[in-house]
Amino acid sequence: MYDKALPQPNYLSEPKGLKSWLLTTDHKRIGLMYFAAIMGAFILGGIFAMLIRIELISPSKVMMGADAYNQVFTLHGAIMIFLFIIPSIPAALGNLILPLMLGAKDVAFPRLNLCSWYIYVFGALFAVYSMFANAVDTGWTFYTPYSSETGTAVISMALAVFILGFSSIFTGLNFIVTIHKLRAPGLTWYKLPLFVWAIYATGILQVMATPVIGITMVLLVLERVAGIGIFDPAMGGDPVLFQHFFWFYSHPAVYIMILPGMGIISELITAFSRKKIFGYKAIAYSSLAIAFISFLVWGHHMFVSGQSRFAAMIFSFLTFFVAVPSAIKVFNWMATLYKGSISFATPMLYALSFLFLFAIGGLTGVFLGALAVDVHLHDTYFVVAHFHYVMMGGTVVALLGGIHYWWPKVFGRMYSEVWGKVCAALVFIGFNVTFLPQFVMGSQGMPRRYYTYPEQYQAMHLFSTIGSWILGVGFLIMTIYLLHSVFKGRIVGKNPWGALTLEWETTSPPSPHNFEATPEVTHGPYDYDKIVVEPT
Amino acid sequence: MNNQGTFMMPPAESTLAHEVDALYYFIYYVSLFFFVLIVACSLYFVLRFRRKGKQVERTPDISHNTFLEILWTVVPTVILAIIFVWGFRGYLKLTIVPKDALQIKVTGQRWFWSFDYPEGVNSLNDMVVPVGKPIALLMSSQDVIHSFFVPAFRIKQDVLPNRYTQAWFEAKNVGEYDLLCAEFCGTQHSSMLGKVRVVSTQDYNRWLEEAVGSLGAGMPLKDLGEKLYTSKQCFTCHSLDGTKIQGPSFKGRFGSEAVFTDGSKRTVDENYLRESILNPQAKVVAGYLPVMPTYQSLLKEREVDALVEFIKSLKP
Repeated sequence: MYDKALPQPNYLSEPKGLKSWLLTTDHKRIGLMYFAAIMGAFILGGIFAMLIRIELISPSKVMMGADAYNQVFTLHGAIMIFLFIIPSIPAALGNLILPLMLGAKDVAFPRLNLCSWYIYVFGALFAVYSMFANAVDTGWTFYTPYSSETGTAVISMALAVFILGFSSIFTGLNFIVTIHKLRAPGLTWYKLPLFVWAIYATGILQVMATPVIGITMVLLVLERVAGIGIFDPAMGGDPVLFQHFFWFYSHPAVYIMILPGMGIISELITAFSRKKIFGYKAIAYSSLAIAFISFLVWGHHMFVSGQSRFAAMIFSFLTFFVAVPSAIKVFNWMATLYKGSISFATPMLYALSFLFLFAIGGLTGVFLGALAVDVHLHDTYFVVAHFHYVMMGGTVVALLGGIHYWWPKVFGRMYSEVWGKVCAALVFIGFNVTFLPQFVMGSQGMPRRYYTYPEQYQAMHLFSTIGSWILGVGFLIMTIYLLHSVFKGRIVGKNPWGALTLEWETTSPPSPHNFEATPEVTHGPYDYDKIVVEPT
Repeated sequence: MNNQGTFMMPPAESTLAHEVDALYYFIYYVSLFFFVLIVACSLYFVLRFRRKGKQVERTPDISHNTFLEILWTVVPTVILAIIFVWGFRGYLKLTIVPKDALQIKVTGQRWFWSFDYPEGVNSLNDMVVPVGKPIALLMSSQDVIHSFFVPAFRIKQDVLPNRYTQAWFEAKNVGEYDLLCAEFCGTQHSSMLGKVRVVSTQDYNRWLEEAVGSLGAGMPLKDLGEKLYTSKQCFTCHSLDGTKIQGPSFKGRFGSEAVFTDGSKRTVDENYLRESILNPQAKVVAGYLPVMPTYQSLLKEREVDALVEFIKSLKP
């Protein structure tokens, strides 16, 4: 029943030529261009991660000095956060899939969409410049007064963050308007796939929170260039003010990173258990609740920074509040599995990995929200492990699941299922070997951002480094089989998974204008109790 | 030290450490319970309801269960509320300094810790405190933000350049405990380590007396300088045998000619040594990095004289 050739015309083949890509306003092409860019950033950030892990095999020097190490961990963080994970799911998969899910021809502002890609590239150039021009060594958090004084390229990295912010704001704005205005006839709010709800909540965060980091970075640059004392006490400023500004963005940013991942998981779990989602509205509204509360918890990064005990109490309380909607989502996904028809295809393996890893990431967040315990754990490897479980075990694993899930839609071809499963297992094992020991050494008191460390931690550092190699091998194999499938993969039909959301009703890869005719939506996104679709 | 700590936590050596650990382990076991629950249920469901054969089938419409949904909203909320209150109470105990505490002024500086005692004694990277007595720390930084972290005491507090922050602890046992800097502060952040030496009250008083004694009264300047060379950590960067470390060796330094990074030269005399101690960045010797901190606030007038005399005495 499989077609022997890809359907023509499709958005990959028409129109032709480099210019047609660079000037495209097609959301799918822009999504692919974003995908290429963020994968480049991921590889770069990943190389820095491997260098960190190699250096930490031993407490003494392995391959670089202290200053180089400080630069490497800063670049790892800054690149992974600002160039990779924040744009990753919304800008790449969101662009590729969101308009298809809505039955739309494109996003609301296609030219703004292309513009935001160019802004991303422009911002990325500043970051790359900072890498080569005496790389920044402040940590991705740029804490003052260190960042006001250090001799490294803080200004170009701060400007990179400032510029990248606009790319993020434009994408968020574009998606909010698209979701409001371009839904297909019959596609009411409660028939929206949960990925769309998640992107919507993310869009609100992108538009409302990102300006704050932009302004903060401008103030930092002004302090360094013009000597205007805002954060540096030597000039009459207040360094803790910087931390407030920074986390006022960067905590919501955590949810810019994780919410779209949660959206993907809702799609994967329903599609591969062929089951109506349990608690649709609870999941949809918990995304909005998380987005809202996330603006009010920034102070939990600052429990030992000298803020008042009263402020610490309020922030701790609100932090526990944000844990509840996340817990509800996990229970809903679990309940969705009940009496499903569960397949273990590669995307589902990632979804199940996510449940496991995100549970650990979320639960270890409870330790850090508890004031007395956070005093001990703050700025240790426990925190490092916690946010990697959320950001990598959560968002990156969800992203990988989403990539594998929509790959046949985007390219019209299927990757090797065997290698897919092998790599899902390698990523899962490698990740846990890398980061589980970090909870132990963090609890034991190993501070983060340490170039050397007391010998008692060496065994766990060694474990962690070996885990990073397993991860590296997993990603290497994944790159090979995915690239291979783009050219040689088995050609698939419209709907290889038998899923019910709209993007599966058009051809794979879709035509340049997505749908032959505007689809009419008559069923919900997860009506697996009513409708049976044969995989094609 | 009979307390070895647990697999997860280091030895609990302050009066409040056990309370922190109790909450830590409470959260640990609650988390473990929910984690096992989530993983076990998910595993059971995916194995029990795995797809068999190629046949595409409808699945039942199970999208609500009011009892379950209320249960899994209320139970986590209640548990989190308990943890919040518990954590806040512990935080108050950790951060409100007892009135009768012995106060030590802590100064963080790239990349060492300096401690000033009420008796006028100063020590570097070596904080000596009496066992079983609350110690209040009044802290500030000379440069960037540092963070005072003693894992065995479960205390951590950022040390800021523009204001004082406070912390306190009461050590339960005699022993030596690691003091770490937990806020990234530059090149040697991970070497900004100190020790908290907890001693008996008698030993503490004896140490204090000795330290007060060696403030210099009656001691020849050269001998005092030799003592300060060790106690003020000069030896970490300046050798006495000609070895080049972070800074130039003191051996034969006096009277020799120094060449600076800007190409200028001058003979090493008393005034140059004084300037290099109090304002080390003014002239940096060629071939070295400008990493030496100022000792402006750390040395008394007589101590500067003593160091100068000591360096003068080190003939080539």
